[in-house]
Amino acid sequence: MKTLFKQTALAAMIGLSTPALASVAYVSNEKDNTLSVIDTETQEVIETISVGQRPRGILLSKDFTKLYICASDDDTVQVLDLATRKIVDTLPSGEDPEQFALHPNNKHLYIANEDDAIVTVVDVDTKDVLAQIDVGIEPEGMAVSPDGKWAVNTSETTSMLHWINTETFEIEKNIVVGQRPRHVEFSKDSKIAWASTEIGGTVHIIDVDNLEQIHEMSFKVPGVNQDRVQPVGIELTSDGKYAFVALGPSNHVAVVDAQTYEVLDYLLVGARVWQLDLDKDEKHLYTTNGVSGDVSVIDVEDLKVIKSIKVGRYPWGVVIDPTS
Amino acid sequence: MSFLSRTVAISLITLAAASPLQAETLDVRIGYLQWVPHQGPVLSNIIPEPEDAGLRGAELAINDNSTTGKFLGQTYSLQSEVADSEEGAIAAFDAMRENGFDLFVVNAPASTLKALTEKAGDNTLIFNAGAKDDALRTGQCHVNLLHTMPSYSMLTDALGQWLNQRRWDEVFLITGPTQADKGWADAFRRSAKRFGLEIVEDKPWTFDADLRRTASKELPLFTQASDYDAVVVADVRGDFGEYVPFNTWLPRPVVGTQGMSPVTWHRVVESWGAAQLQNRFRELAGRDMNGEDYAAWAAIRSMGTAVTDLNSANPTDIRNFLFSDKFQLAAFKGRKLTFRDWNGQLRQPIPLVHPRGLVARAPFEGFLHPNTEMDTLGFDRPESECRING
Repeated sequence: MKTLFKQTALAAMIGLSTPALASVAYVSNEKDNTLSVIDTETQEVIETISVGQRPRGILLSKDFTKLYICASDDDTVQVLDLATRKIVDTLPSGEDPEQFALHPNNKHLYIANEDDAIVTVVDVDTKDVLAQIDVGIEPEGMAVSPDGKWAVNTSETTSMLHWINTETFEIEKNIVVGQRPRHVEFSKDSKIAWASTEIGGTVHIIDVDNLEQIHEMSFKVPGVNQDRVQPVGIELTSDGKYAFVALGPSNHVAVVDAQTYEVLDYLLVGARVWQLDLDKDEKHLYTTNGVSGDVSVIDVEDLKVIKSIKVGRYPWGVVIDPTS
Repeated sequence: MSFLSRTVAISLITLAAASPLQAETLDVRIGYLQWVPHQGPVLSNIIPEPEDAGLRGAELAINDNSTTGKFLGQTYSLQSEVADSEEGAIAAFDAMRENGFDLFVVNAPASTLKALTEKAGDNTLIFNAGAKDDALRTGQCHVNLLHTMPSYSMLTDALGQWLNQRRWDEVFLITGPTQADKGWADAFRRSAKRFGLEIVEDKPWTFDADLRRTASKELPLFTQASDYDAVVVADVRGDFGEYVPFNTWLPRPVVGTQGMSPVTWHRVVESWGAAQLQNRFRELAGRDMNGEDYAAWAAIRSMGTAVTDLNSANPTDIRNFLFSDKFQLAAFKGRKLTFRDWNGQLRQPIPLVHPRGLVARAPFEGFLHPNTEMDTLGFDRPESECRING
């Protein structure tokens, strides 16, 4: 008993000291029930943290002190304290949470409940469920505009973007897009939203002021069957220069000119590339590759894949803590 | 408990708030007809097949369509009839047509399906979600008949590709006595030729003993041959096939309708969001989703996808949309699914499964096709006499 206590104390101390050393990326491993922690300087896994069952969506609190984890098969959102890297709390999430988004107020968490066709809004401080909003079948992608005005949910089988007013928690507009919409990403000025559709193979560009589609993109990866080109994760550089689109089982990431919507290049990464995140100075882009069980690192300046890092089984989400 | 009641209260409020914005509503009525002849007594009756296979898939698709429809002012309803004879199925079809139904999903033998299609007028659309007969896709096609159920040859081509890429190319074929068994075996013989497999023994199953007692004695003798890589069983209703694995003369795997099987759908399929479909189905039906359920589901989801785009439930409009470039069905098989324009068959990958796991999924890499790899499964355009789109 005593030794156990000592060990935990020691582990906690090590845990306390580690994050200060280097900038880190967190990767959720869907079939290992773990998070891999990657040191972004050495680009190596430095720690593996046990979490709930089937972790998928992960995101950082706006003050970068906590990491929220959708533990889909536990029907809960777990809260990881970044200072100690320990699960310190859980939030009510509704059934089967897959993806979520945090309002800029750092309080309202919008959670897509895939099995229930509902978006649940939870206050992360009081743990109150503020609203449950009926959406289409298999709600998946969730995004909140940086100005906090809109929460957008994608429903996969209904093939819609549901635009939720964050003050009333009511749907104000539904936009039909391609089959199986997966992910929405806002430009930093909240003026443009990018939405990917996995089976449709498209990315839809939405003018947020008018809530209308202004452009639709498709992708052609040389030498890859068109059926395998399945857009999922999207990441935008803050200078408005690039959009990166993960193209799923085509094993490529598309580099898109964020102004002209022209595809500039396709970069070969690991198998079934799912989600993406940029590091704090936006020099490197990290991608999760589910089937090959690794993370690819892309040099943003050279647009080259420079490394692959082995993580757990079926890595799903990745976020990089810019303060660490 | 208090959390639960609160969330229920909130969801009631938001349900009201999310009601259709459009004033006009479009009501899409779909008829589901099922007539599955009794298979006769079978030896392996330990795990019975569900009697509502197909129907529950149709119901789930109606729910799925309705959830989408509520944002667009479209409602969906299903009228279903599980008949106990061909005459009963035809009478139900006539009654529904008199009531103005013109969209149908049919889970019935090929003969019944043909009788219904012949009675149907021009502006009617029928989806075959039951009959796997290749003849319906190669010669006896009908302009208004689409198939969401894969054909026997699509299933056996999936198996043939798999045996080829495993290099297990010498097989021992056992065929049961029913018409379905012969249909399956004929399809497999064609697949064997296509994918370079040699059928070293081709034996009909003639025993009528109770194999639960004697399988271990009879099957080793029955499967004697100098050598083979695998035993292929054609026993569609599941009479003797379950007793073939582990009872073969040589220590070889058993594939086909038993052992490892090419199927339309199975509970072990979980990739590409399939886990969510499986969960939804289990919640609705209290059992696992099977191939008949999937075919009926895919039929009604195809119609729903068309109605979402067209805002019309006119059968001719729906049919035109389904054969256009705009149609693609997201159906949890990792690819967008489309209809073959020559015979109305839904292209689809075929999972190869054993009772507790997924082994592989056809088509396999390396089996090339100029248009889509999915057309390496089943009768391709040049092999079919059908030209239902001219």
